[in-house]
Amino acid sequence: MSRTDSRGLVLDEKLLFESTDPGRVGYSLPQCDVPEVAPAAELTRDEITDFPELSEVDVVRHYTRLSTWNYGVDSGFYPLGSCTMKYNPKVNEQAARLPGFAELHPQTPDHLSQGALELMYVLQQDLAEVSGFPAVTLQPAAGAQGEFAGMLMIRAWHEAQGNKRHKVIIPDTAHGTNPATAALCGYEVVPVASDGVLSKEALEAVMDDDVAALMVTNPNTLGLFESDIREICDLVHEGGGLVYCDGANLNALMGISRPGDIGIDVMHFNLHKTFSTPHGGGGPGAGPVGVVEKLRPFMPVPIVSKEGDKFVLDYDLKQTVGRVKGFAGHFSILVRAYCYILAMGGEGLKRATEMAVLNANYIRARLEGPYDLPYKQRSLHEVVFSETALANDCHTLDVAKRLIDYGYHPPTIYFPLVVKGALMIEPTETESKQNLDEFCDALLDIAQEAKTQPELLKQAPVRAKVKRLDEATAARKPKLRWVKE
Amino acid sequence: MRYLPHTDVDIRQMLETIGVENIDELFSGIPESCRLQSPLNLPSALSESEAMGVLRGLADQNAKVSEWDSFLGGGAYNHFVPAVVDHLVSRSEFYTAYTPYQPEISQGTLQAIFEFQTMICQLTGMDVANASMYDGASACAEAALLALRVGRKRNKVLLSEALHPHYRETVATYCCYLDVELIDVPIADGVTDQKQLADLLDEQVAAVAVGYPNYFGQIEDLQALADATHAAGAKLITAVAEPLALGLFKAPGDLGADVVVGEGQSFGIPISFGGPGIGFFAVKQKDMRALPGRLVGETVDLDGKRGFVLTLATREQHIRREKATSNICSNQGMCTLIVGIFLALHGKQGLRKLAELNYSKTAYAKQQIAALDGFELAFSGESFNEFVVSCKEPVADLQRRLEQEGILPGIALAKDYPGIDNGLLICVTEQNSREQIDRLVTALAGGDL
Amino acid sequence: MDFPDELKYTEEHEWVLIENDVVTVGITDFAQDQLGDVVFVELPETGDQLETGKPLGVVESVKAVSDVYAPLSGEVVEVNNDLPDEPEMLNTSPYEDGWMVKIKLADVGELEGLMDASGYQEFIEQD
Repeated sequence: MSRTDSRGLVLDEKLLFESTDPGRVGYSLPQCDVPEVAPAAELTRDEITDFPELSEVDVVRHYTRLSTWNYGVDSGFYPLGSCTMKYNPKVNEQAARLPGFAELHPQTPDHLSQGALELMYVLQQDLAEVSGFPAVTLQPAAGAQGEFAGMLMIRAWHEAQGNKRHKVIIPDTAHGTNPATAALCGYEVVPVASDGVLSKEALEAVMDDDVAALMVTNPNTLGLFESDIREICDLVHEGGGLVYCDGANLNALMGISRPGDIGIDVMHFNLHKTFSTPHGGGGPGAGPVGVVEKLRPFMPVPIVSKEGDKFVLDYDLKQTVGRVKGFAGHFSILVRAYCYILAMGGEGLKRATEMAVLNANYIRARLEGPYDLPYKQRSLHEVVFSETALANDCHTLDVAKRLIDYGYHPPTIYFPLVVKGALMIEPTETESKQNLDEFCDALLDIAQEAKTQPELLKQAPVRAKVKRLDEATAARKPKLRWVKE
Repeated sequence: MRYLPHTDVDIRQMLETIGVENIDELFSGIPESCRLQSPLNLPSALSESEAMGVLRGLADQNAKVSEWDSFLGGGAYNHFVPAVVDHLVSRSEFYTAYTPYQPEISQGTLQAIFEFQTMICQLTGMDVANASMYDGASACAEAALLALRVGRKRNKVLLSEALHPHYRETVATYCCYLDVELIDVPIADGVTDQKQLADLLDEQVAAVAVGYPNYFGQIEDLQALADATHAAGAKLITAVAEPLALGLFKAPGDLGADVVVGEGQSFGIPISFGGPGIGFFAVKQKDMRALPGRLVGETVDLDGKRGFVLTLATREQHIRREKATSNICSNQGMCTLIVGIFLALHGKQGLRKLAELNYSKTAYAKQQIAALDGFELAFSGESFNEFVVSCKEPVADLQRRLEQEGILPGIALAKDYPGIDNGLLICVTEQNSREQIDRLVTALAGGDL
Repeated sequence: MDFPDELKYTEEHEWVLIENDVVTVGITDFAQDQLGDVVFVELPETGDQLETGKPLGVVESVKAVSDVYAPLSGEVVEVNNDLPDEPEMLNTSPYEDGWMVKIKLADVGELEGLMDASGYQEFIEQD
C-alpha cells in the first residue's frame, strides 16, 4: 500500500548564498557595555566574501523548507538494516535540554557537577548490567570511535604482556569500520570467510600466535547469532588473543544474552541505535565501550568513579590508552540514553528486544519467496534478502528507489557484501503489525511490478523532491562548495 | 509500554504467520549456554513524569553558567544561542533521519551540509571542507594522520605546547601504534617558540600543529610559522578551538595553513558538559582526496535539476576498508545543522560584530585584572576571549574563595602547565556583562561584593 | 563485449598491445563493465619501475575501488595524461582513448604468459 499522494506542495529553496541580500541581518546583540576596542588592523580580516546576509524569517523558512525534503523516523517506517532506526522518544530531547545539563561547563569542579557525574556513573553501571561487562567507559563519540578505543585497549594489553602481536581476524560480513579500525591500531587484517555464521574450523585455519584479536559482530550483519561464539572465544583465548565484539546489533540481545558472559572481552555500544538517541541526520552518536576486568586499567580517561558518596572524573588509570576526544564524552547523548533506560526499565528493554525480533521474523515470513532468502538460519533483529528472485533484470537499487515512491525509506542495500544485491531490513520494535503489513504489501507489489511493469522500478523514484541523481558526475568533477558564478 | 505498539492479538497473529508457538522460540538460534538466566538487574520502568523527575533532580545539582558568573573556557564556550536555532533543529525530519544514503529523500540534510561545507571554507579561507568530524580534538588527530599519509615517508609531527592539551593528548592516542614520533614545540611568551621550531624542523617532519587562537587565547603568528614549516616541506595544521575568532582575525588559509581543523561548539551548540560538539576539517584543493569523513557534492538528477549527494566515497571505510583514509563512519549531523543555522543567522555582519563584542569584553577584563596587585598578565601579545593571569594567591585557594561568591573564575593551569607560575586561564564572552566582570575583579582583589 | 584479436590479455582483466619491446596497457571491456561508471584514475609517473603483479594504479567507480596490476615488468615510458581529467574514457573507449600506460619491457620473455583474445574470453566465461 502506498502512503504517497500526488497532491501536496514541495517548495523549492535556493542556497543560503543565492538568497543573500547585502545589508540584511538576522542577529541581535546586546549593547557593548565596555569601551569598544579592536585588535591591530594587520591581524584582522576583510569581510568574509559571499557569506550569507539574511533576516531571521529568511533563515527560518530556509531550514523549514529543507526539512520537508527529508525523511526521518518521525515521517514513517525507516527499516535501514544495521542502523536500528527505532523511535526517538521526545522526552529524551526535553531531558537533554534541561538547563542543569545543557548549561553545565565541562571544566566545572566535580563538586558542582555532581548530578551530571552521577548520571554518567549510573549509566556506566546500567550499560555494564545490560552487557555483562564489569567496566564501561562513556568517552567515545560514536561506534567507530568506540571500536578504536576498544582495539587500542587490546593492543595496549598485549604490549603490557610483552607480547606484541600483529594480526586481527575479521569475518567477511563485518562493517567496514572494523578493518579500518584495526589498521588505525597498526594491525594487519586477516579476513575469514563465514557461511552465514563463523565456524570454529574456519577460525582454526587462520588462528596463530601472532593474532591479537578476533573482531566479530554478534548477531552478525546477516541478523544471525554466532552460534559457536563460546567455542570461538575459547579458541581465540587459548591462542592468547582477545575477542572484540561490534555491538551495533545489541538490540537483538537485551535481557536475552550478555556478550560479557559468553567470552567477549571488549564491546562498544551504539547509544543512537540500541538506546534510542536520535541519529541526527548522521550523528552525533555515542559509542561507550564495555571491557572485562583485566582491561579496566587500559580504558580511556576520564571515567566517572565514586569516592565515598562523591562522584569524580577519574584520570587515574595507570595504563590508560589516553583520551580519544575532548572532555568526557557526548554528554547530552548520554542523558538521552539514560532517560530511555529509565522509561523502559529492565523488563522493558527485554521486551524491546523481543518485539524487534518478532518484527524481523514477521517480515521474513511475509516476504520469503517473492524475495530470495539466502541464509535460512533463524533471524534475530534483521533479515537479509538477495536480489536473485527479481524479474526482468531488476536490481536491489531499483526496489529501493521504488519503495521511495510508496512512501518508505529503503532498507540498507548492497550490504553485507556476501549477499548478491543485499536488501537488509531491520524493522525495530517500535513498528506495529499494521505498519509492517503495509510495508510488506508494498514490497510484494514491487516484486509483482518487476514482472509486469519493470520500468516503474527502473524510473523510480518519480515522487521524491528529485529523481535519481548523477553520482558519477558528482565524483568525476567534484563540486563540494558553492562559489559565485 | 508507550514506545511498543504491539497488542496481544497482533503478537498472536504474527507468531502464527511466522510458524512458531511463542516468542521464546524466536531465540532458538541462541544456544542455551549463551542465555542470560536471570532478569536484568535494572529498576522498573518509570512514567514520563517520574523519569523527568529523576533527571530534573540530577540536573538541579549542577552549576549552570546562566546562574553563576562563569569565566570558564578552555575549549568549551558560553555563547548565546538564539531561539531560532533550537526551534529549527527540533524539526524531526532532520534529527530523526540518518546519514543521507538515499539522496532523493535526504535533500534537506544534503543541502544543509553543502552549505555548511561552504561556510567553513569561507571562514577558514580554505578550498574544501568535509561534512564534519566528532570534535576539535579528534579532528586535529585526523589532520595529523592526513599529513602523515600525504607526507609518505615523513614520520614526525610537531605539536605546539600551546595547542589545547586535549588535542595534544588525542593526537598522541591516535598515533600511538603508527610508528610516529610526536615532538612538543616549547612556548615563548604564550605562543609557539619560532626559534625552537626552526631547530626541530627537518625532512622527517610531516606536520606542525598549532592553535589559533591557542589554548591561552593568544593569536599565533601563523604566517611566520607557515613559512618555516613549508621551508622544511611539512604541512601546517591550524587547530581552532574558539572559531568565533575567525569572525575577526585573519583566516588561517590566507596565512599559509595547509589543514584547518577546529571545534564548532561556539556556533550555537549548548556546552552540555563538553559534548557533543563538532569538529570541522578543511584543506586546500590538492589534498581533497586525502580527506577523512563524509563529503557532499553538487550534481543533477535525471531531469537536470540540481541536487546533492554523498560523494568521493571510495576514500571511506565502507568501501576501502583497511585502506580507508579514516575509520570514521558518521558525521555530527545535527551539530552541522546547528552551526549552519547559527552562521546563517549571524551572517557577514553579525559574526564580525559578535567577535568584536567578545574582543572588547575580554580587553576590558584583561585591563582591569592586570591593574590589580597580586595579578599580572602572563603573556603580552594579542589574545581572543581568553587570557592567562599569574596569581600570587594559590589558584586553588582563589577558586574556592570566589566560588563562595558565585563566581567560577577560570581554569587552573598548574596540571597542564606547571611552568606557568600559578596560572589561571580566564575566559570572557558576550554572555559576561560589565557588572559580572567588575564583580570578578573586585572578588579577585579580595574586596567585598 | 569486444575483445580485439590484436591484443593480449591477463587474468587481472588488462589488455596489452605489443610493439617491439614497448607495450601499451589498459583495462578490458569486461573490466570496465564490471566496475560501472569510472570516476577516478590514478596512474604511475613516467620513469617508474613496475614489477609484474604489483599495483601500477587505481581505478575507482562511484562505489568501488580496484587496483590495476602491472601485467609485465619494466619502466613506464608514457602515461595517458588525459585520463585523470576524463576517466569516463575507460568506459567509452577502453582500448583506444582509455589506454593507461606504456611500458618498456624488462624481459620480453614475460609476454609468453599472456592470453590471446579467445583464451581470455574463455577465461571470463568460466569465472
